[in-house]
Amino acid sequence: MTDYRIHSHPILHDNSKPTIPFYWKNQQFFAKPGEMIASALYANGIRIFSHHPKDNAPQGIFCANGQCAQCMVIADGLPVKACMTAVRSDMRITPAEGLPMLPEVPMQKYLGAPVPEYAVEVLIIGGGPAGLSAAKELGELGVQVLLIDDKSKLGGKLVLQTHRFFGSKEAVFAGTRGIDIAKKLEEQVQALQSVTVWLSSTAIGIFEDHSVGVLREGSEYVLVHPQVLLVATGAREKSLAFPGNTLPGIYGAGAFQTLVNRDLVRPCQNLFIVGGGNVGLIAGYHAIQAGIHVAGLVEAAPQCGGYKVHQDKLARSGVPIYTSHTVLEAIGTDHLEKVVIAQVDEHFQPIPGTEKRFSCDTLLIAVGLDPVDEFIRKAQEVGLPVYAAGDANEIAEASAAIFSGKIVGTEIAERLGRSTEPIPQDWYRIEEILKSKPGKTLPEMPLSQNKGVFPVLHCAQEIPCDPCARVCPRNLIQVDPEDIRSLPRFLQDEQKGCTGCLRCVAVCPGLAITLVDFRKSQKTALVSLPYELQAENLKIGDLVEVTDTDGQSLGRFPVLRLRQLPVYSGTTIVTVETPTELATRIAGLRLIAQSKPEPFDQVKQFPQDLSDEAYICRCERVKVGEIRSLIRAGIRDINQIKALTRASMGSCGGKTCLSLIKRLYEAEGIPLSEVAEPPVRPVFVEVPLSVLANIQTDNNHAEGAK
Amino acid sequence: MNQEQVYDVIIAGAGSVGTPTAMYLAQAGLSVLVLETLPSCGQASNKHAIGGVRATHSDPAKIYLCADSIDILSTWQETYGDDIEWRSGGYSFVAYDENVEANLKSLLAVQKSLGLNIDWLSADQILQPIPGLQPEGLRGGTFSPEDGSASPLKTVAAFYEHAKNFGADFHFNEKVRQVNVEHGHIQWVITDRERYTCRYFINAAGSWAGEVSAMLGVPLPVQPEAHEAAITEPTQPLFDAMVVDMRPMPGSNNFYFYQHPTGKIIFCLTPDPPILGFLNQNTSGFLTAGSQRLIDLMPKLMNLRLRRSWRGTYPMTPDGLPILGSVDSVDGYILATGLCGQGFMLGPGIARLLTHLVEGCLNPQEQACLESLNLQRAFTSEERLK
Repeated sequence: MTDYRIHSHPILHDNSKPTIPFYWKNQQFFAKPGEMIASALYANGIRIFSHHPKDNAPQGIFCANGQCAQCMVIADGLPVKACMTAVRSDMRITPAEGLPMLPEVPMQKYLGAPVPEYAVEVLIIGGGPAGLSAAKELGELGVQVLLIDDKSKLGGKLVLQTHRFFGSKEAVFAGTRGIDIAKKLEEQVQALQSVTVWLSSTAIGIFEDHSVGVLREGSEYVLVHPQVLLVATGAREKSLAFPGNTLPGIYGAGAFQTLVNRDLVRPCQNLFIVGGGNVGLIAGYHAIQAGIHVAGLVEAAPQCGGYKVHQDKLARSGVPIYTSHTVLEAIGTDHLEKVVIAQVDEHFQPIPGTEKRFSCDTLLIAVGLDPVDEFIRKAQEVGLPVYAAGDANEIAEASAAIFSGKIVGTEIAERLGRSTEPIPQDWYRIEEILKSKPGKTLPEMPLSQNKGVFPVLHCAQEIPCDPCARVCPRNLIQVDPEDIRSLPRFLQDEQKGCTGCLRCVAVCPGLAITLVDFRKSQKTALVSLPYELQAENLKIGDLVEVTDTDGQSLGRFPVLRLRQLPVYSGTTIVTVETPTELATRIAGLRLIAQSKPEPFDQVKQFPQDLSDEAYICRCERVKVGEIRSLIRAGIRDINQIKALTRASMGSCGGKTCLSLIKRLYEAEGIPLSEVAEPPVRPVFVEVPLSVLANIQTDNNHAEGAK
Repeated sequence: MNQEQVYDVIIAGAGSVGTPTAMYLAQAGLSVLVLETLPSCGQASNKHAIGGVRATHSDPAKIYLCADSIDILSTWQETYGDDIEWRSGGYSFVAYDENVEANLKSLLAVQKSLGLNIDWLSADQILQPIPGLQPEGLRGGTFSPEDGSASPLKTVAAFYEHAKNFGADFHFNEKVRQVNVEHGHIQWVITDRERYTCRYFINAAGSWAGEVSAMLGVPLPVQPEAHEAAITEPTQPLFDAMVVDMRPMPGSNNFYFYQHPTGKIIFCLTPDPPILGFLNQNTSGFLTAGSQRLIDLMPKLMNLRLRRSWRGTYPMTPDGLPILGSVDSVDGYILATGLCGQGFMLGPGIARLLTHLVEGCLNPQEQACLESLNLQRAFTSEERLK
């Protein structure tokens, strides 16, 4: 039996062992304690979970985040989301084939009880960066806060982020890894007496009387009556419509990071990525960290939208990045086998003759995020005072979410009369800076200097980031503190020069700083580089390939020294000896052999409206073509599309397809101002009736439902 | 303002009643305009209906109209080709106490005399069509196998398509602002966009009918009452009938549910005391109260997951019966209002009746319906199978 777990990782360490037995189709497998079914199945090589009752289409994970409903399996007789349900010992899991069968229950009277009700000053939905920061601000002011999160750990998507964070070191822990920021924020919040945290608890509805229905710890239904609601629910991943788009093996970049970084499962061997924003670029890098081959990345725009330093990391690892390209089709019978991409013109239309077909077993969708905003809309409709922070309010980096939570938490405290200090005006400016998209990229200036020791900043794009400037013990690196988007500059100072302490090299989130040292000899220089991929086999004396910023090889040179700075664990500083004239050009090293560009086949031209065969509604299996024809027939009310096709009326309630339907309207040239949107309706996740009814019983199956 | 446009009939409301009425009128060759405030058909209360269609009522007029609806809906696919998800699953009013049993049994004679296929089944017998029903305390119930269900969404969409094909005009996002009545005749219908003239003006505005009628100086005893419904995830087919439990419980009266052909269970509950007003936000109590009543009636469903819930309004009248037909004070003003939450099941039958009214070819049963359901009645009787 192949083991699909990650046993060694440059950043992540997990000593837990798969000791929990469970059965998949009557065959015994093992899960780690607390592991979700989806991850346990993937760790055992199971990637096709079920078949859709409508057309028998194979189903696997898609969001791995509790948002969609594609990963449904039958666990101990009951349909559950595999990504949100932990494996229990001896759990019997089977695929959902056709409509699920209800288990028998003893025929008797079942009396429900009233559901528990709780009054709180502030209910925060979401324990990610924004929710935690807000809870900290509120809790420090003694405000009674209930923070709920649908996952079993706090931190939100921070727990998936192995890289050091950008942003402001002072304001939002820049230079610290996301996983470590999650721990810091959690510790701060858990220490506060007035903050109560409910994990594995999902808000399912907001009601007329301003109460919020919460499925507490998956097993109890309660009503929470907050004075103020803070929605810090983050974002959900956008989807993309292309033929074959619902095949198992095609899923969100966030789902991938969940499997790889949260659960240390290696879900695939050969990965393709759609989307060159930060999410796609980082997911690619996370794949490489986990030893997964990345066959390529496509980005429809002429340039990747994510940070250049992230792109450079991928380029240095040899990942081909196809800009002005899109995915035309995914091919496979029961699982993804091949993907076809093509170049697009300035209107994002595929150019015939440019099609390329690659083999891959997984395709990550990283085409942007949508705010999880249904709670905001619903609270506004019923008149419950509501605030939003982080991605739920506006999609941006997690560092911005941390700061946004701090501001909104303070605003809520002000509203409740619990904060007397006015919010400093510069907080709003800091938030704007942290939220800003990458700015100009300047050409890297060749450095002629070849004396002494100093850092080389291969950082050419204006992004909000300042750790290098904040860690320099001699303040020799400057980033404008008023606007940390400005590029860092190294200031030569003859009196108190660079000590070569390497902190800037280790802390740089973009791995974009090297230290060059010309003091040893005239012919050679020592170049120290940060390295965060598998370095365990690297030895002093090895010849390693070094590259420039964009990944062009500059030759192979010997390793002189390997070390990790104590407070910068996970980052190996590799010192190589190189010819003097190359030293300042060297930006990275490539230990993994550069992957050759995957061979591809030329394929024939595709018909117009090639996405008509793509699925737009995964739950009800509605194709793009059906909806396009209704749009072309003049339908301008999405409610009418729902009525005629059932799109968005399935399990997930339109969480994925509604944004696709809107994009289809736009693609058909119809402004969304002419399109009527459907209402937001509870419940936001499906809940067993026995839980809603608060049935008091010791009956096994009723318990099973909980 | 543009020159006014002339129609034989203008209908206010493209819902469960207005849309089929437009279809039959247009089919009869009349020029018809439907004015609808919302962006498409069926967007007010039709989409809140759960789809049950029964002729099992206590009032002869409603029995007649719904029997006609069943005739239309059950033959729709063979006549018009569209799948509106009609299924003759039957209705069963179940009795768990003496009062309900006595009430149901006392109605059987009238219902049978009006030609309904309905019978009383003992507790054992009723478990045949509805396996899984709570047997404890079950005294039996009625079963009417010809009643059934259809998709309100698909049905209204089908009526709309055919109405357009027959030549009816539909104006969406257009609100009636004013209806001028001069010397007892309708002069103009004025919207936020246009001015129209018509021979007949049909008020099919559902819960909003009172507002429209006030424009003609005709007060209507119709007021909205809020109800909630929910749907579960699908499961294997368990039963076909709509089950109605009329026992009063703390906080609720009638509770009814059925299994949709796709396997989902849909249920609905009548709040007690009634909640009046245009309220469309879900209450915090419904999910629990509804789930408790459902599990009480069919324990096996406890492990199903609830998927979605919604709230809509019933346009209620003082006696629980529709207000139908011409109004004495305004020539050409026709009411099709106050359907008390049964617009979907009454709509097709009413549509055919109103078409005959406009054409002047009412049959005796239709005339009898209008005599008992007109606005000028005393509103003193009461529907016993609300």
